Amino acid sequence: MQARALPRLFPRPYLWGPAALVATGVLVPLGYLVVRAFEAEPGELAALLLRWRNLRLLGNTLGLTAGVLAAATALALPLAWLVARTDLRGARVVTLLGVLPLAVPGYVMAYALLGMTGTNGLLARLLDVGWPRPSGYPGALAALTLYTFPYLFLNLRTALLGLDPALEEAARSLGYREAEVARRVVLPQLRPAFLAGGLLVALHVLGDFGVVSLMRFETFSYAIYLQYAAAFDRVYAAWLALMLLGLTGALLALEARLLRGRRYARTGGGAARHPRRARLGGWAVPAYAFAALVALASVGLPVATIVYWLGRGTEAVAWGDLGAALWDSARASLPAALLAAGLAVPVAYLGVRKPSGPSRLMERVAYLGYATPPLAFALALVVFSLAAVPFLYQTLTLLVLAYALHFLAEALGPVRSALYQAPPRVEEAARALGRPPLAAFFAATFPLLRRGLGVSAAFVFLSAFKELPLTFLLSPLGFHTLAMGVWGAAGEALFSVAAPYALVLILTSSVLVGLLLRGT
Amino acid sequence: MNAPLLTVHCLSKTFHDGTLPVVNGLSFEVEEGELFALLGPSGCGKTTALRLIAGFMRPDHGAIALAGRTLADDHTFVPPEKRGIGFVFQDYALFPHLTVAQNVAFGLRAMKKPARAARVREVLRMVGLDGLEDRLPHALSGGQQQRVALARALAPRPRLILLDEPFSNLDALFRQEMRDRVRDVLKAEGTTAVLVTHDQEEALLFADRVAVMHMGRIEQVGTPEALYLTPRTLFVAQFLGQTNLVLTEAHGDEVETVLGRLRLHRPAEGPVLVAVRPEHFAVTAVPDHPDCREAVVLHRAFRGHDVTYRVQMGGSGHGPVDCLVHTHNREPFAVGDTVYVRAVEPAVVLEKAGA
Repeated sequence: MQARALPRLFPRPYLWGPAALVATGVLVPLGYLVVRAFEAEPGELAALLLRWRNLRLLGNTLGLTAGVLAAATALALPLAWLVARTDLRGARVVTLLGVLPLAVPGYVMAYALLGMTGTNGLLARLLDVGWPRPSGYPGALAALTLYTFPYLFLNLRTALLGLDPALEEAARSLGYREAEVARRVVLPQLRPAFLAGGLLVALHVLGDFGVVSLMRFETFSYAIYLQYAAAFDRVYAAWLALMLLGLTGALLALEARLLRGRRYARTGGGAARHPRRARLGGWAVPAYAFAALVALASVGLPVATIVYWLGRGTEAVAWGDLGAALWDSARASLPAALLAAGLAVPVAYLGVRKPSGPSRLMERVAYLGYATPPLAFALALVVFSLAAVPFLYQTLTLLVLAYALHFLAEALGPVRSALYQAPPRVEEAARALGRPPLAAFFAATFPLLRRGLGVSAAFVFLSAFKELPLTFLLSPLGFHTLAMGVWGAAGEALFSVAAPYALVLILTSSVLVGLLLRGT
Repeated sequence: MNAPLLTVHCLSKTFHDGTLPVVNGLSFEVEEGELFALLGPSGCGKTTALRLIAGFMRPDHGAIALAGRTLADDHTFVPPEKRGIGFVFQDYALFPHLTVAQNVAFGLRAMKKPARAARVREVLRMVGLDGLEDRLPHALSGGQQQRVALARALAPRPRLILLDEPFSNLDALFRQEMRDRVRDVLKAEGTTAVLVTHDQEEALLFADRVAVMHMGRIEQVGTPEALYLTPRTLFVAQFLGQTNLVLTEAHGDEVETVLGRLRLHRPAEGPVLVAVRPEHFAVTAVPDHPDCREAVVLHRAFRGHDVTYRVQMGGSGHGPVDCLVHTHNREPFAVGDTVYVRAVEPAVVLEKAGA
């Protein structure tokens, strides 16, 4: 049998098909959002764009982002230094405590801050003093900082562990004191890690909806929600979403620019030695106090608040509602996790094994989908589905698709690493032994990806399980997840009603985070 | 002569990033049952040629045919799984998640289970790995992995097997043993093989015929003896071992040179480059032939079974000239000794560069 000559550019539909689906799923709704936004009359358009409110939203959003970045750095940098570069005992436990807040969704953190304070709050009960409820900027800042600082902590810790001690020794031998070395040698080398972690923190702040809505602090995300849900002004909502997208794009460009042309890799050959660890001596006490305070605020506080309100619950827990919410969360998150892992395979395979312009573009689009603030993405999907595929609007299918496209980037990483470790020769060997391309992939490469795929699916499941804004705008009628349960009840100050939902959420998340920490 | 099993015709391949073709108009034929070696320095395109034959890459131009069936040309591209060609990778590429037996059975899907098991046992015995069926690849030594890779490629009885530097990851002593063993197995199975290597000794020892590759094309094809004794070009002469080169003016089948009077392996006219292998000189302590020339020993490399001397010839109007001479070990000369040197074999007339 003679095979026919295949077209060269897109020879494998089962690879390019799913990848094209991803690109279409992310780009077309966003494109449609732009079209929709420009449907306004010119006069109306000017009125929409030239509002003082837009400027206030911009100021609020930027201010919150900068504040959270600064506060998260203040927590993450000392903590990372303590576990990576000092002789602090129990560094592993401190590291774990620094990662655990990842299991606490932002709105649960906000719920914890709200439930702890006030006249009936935990603090009032313990200290007999009524603490004012946090709200607005300080409240949003505290909640966002406490759940996003692990992104910075993890990046800074890895960077500190990987620094070449020879550079510091060289600086010492050139006459610099230890403090000067820290400032002039160590800190500049942390820059890529700071930018990477900071980008994640900033993207979370820009995309956050749960915290700012509970704290009633008007950022772009919250304003989009208000326009969409309360004022039903879809055109203004579309414009707000575009402004938020522009802000996100500017942030990504800024990060790329700050990182450009900088190389921090070791230039010499051979393996680096382990970095020298500073002796804490008497400073160990304040060091432990600091670590304990951070852990108490970020992990202890939500747990304590939930337990407190569970105990104070006046009515019995509505087990039926709780079970239904758990079921709704699971039946949207699980298919999304499997779909994202499945889509990640062709996208990552193309990127790793067939690097080319189009395949790199596919990967970029996947990361764009992740960086797009969820409310903007959800709004784009709403307007797009209503116009183009109305039968999908408010269906579980669309919600699952939205989760999978938004969180695809989380699934790409583990699959990519696994692919880099699987030698391509093995697949060629299978071809030479008579397997067609797809069969060769499944026989030779796929078994080596299983572990990576498991991690991918777990990451996406974890994110989708906690997800709030996408669920809000896209869920079917009567659909009620755990996240919506916490947010809804906390918004109405029904803290004891919210408690069981929050408990199930952070328990599930903690188990998954623990599994992922062991797996990666 | 039978029709060749493998025909490669005017094959070319350029990579996207480079401008020079890696394989540039490559043509050769391999007979049924023959062991054929593609020999060349790294970067000469030999591995690319092998991957084109296997179908892992698509040629830009040219044609490949196996047993009269076109595998690739301007209109055809048979994917690797439909070619029935075995491939042994330089790094073996064993499936890490499968046992030795499962690796070997991988290409035997079409067989019934008992037949498959029997074939797996047969090839494993052939490569001397019986008893290791249930091991995983990471629990094998390099040589064992190499033999599993060979067994896996041989199991489906391919008409042709391609070997990409299969011995380069083994240490020197073991390499020789494996080479002999693989050669015996291939000959016993009657499998045709194309081996790629940069090691001239390996090519000469392993192959029935050797093709020397340079800059993406073949400089010369022939039996190991023919290549070594009558290289066509300067590149082939130098790549296959040490040689003495003399630029001279030829008229007929003899020539007077700084190395003495040389017979030529073919008549030539005008300026030519001729090559004489060091072992094609005779060295004596006293002049015993009218053609021999006086020389002084400059350097001596004693290697046990033989000796290589660098001697300086007086020259006749050309100034002193160094020459390598390779002899048996029964007549030891010392540095500074005066010796008499004479070519006992005809010198090889090399083709001009670019000819």
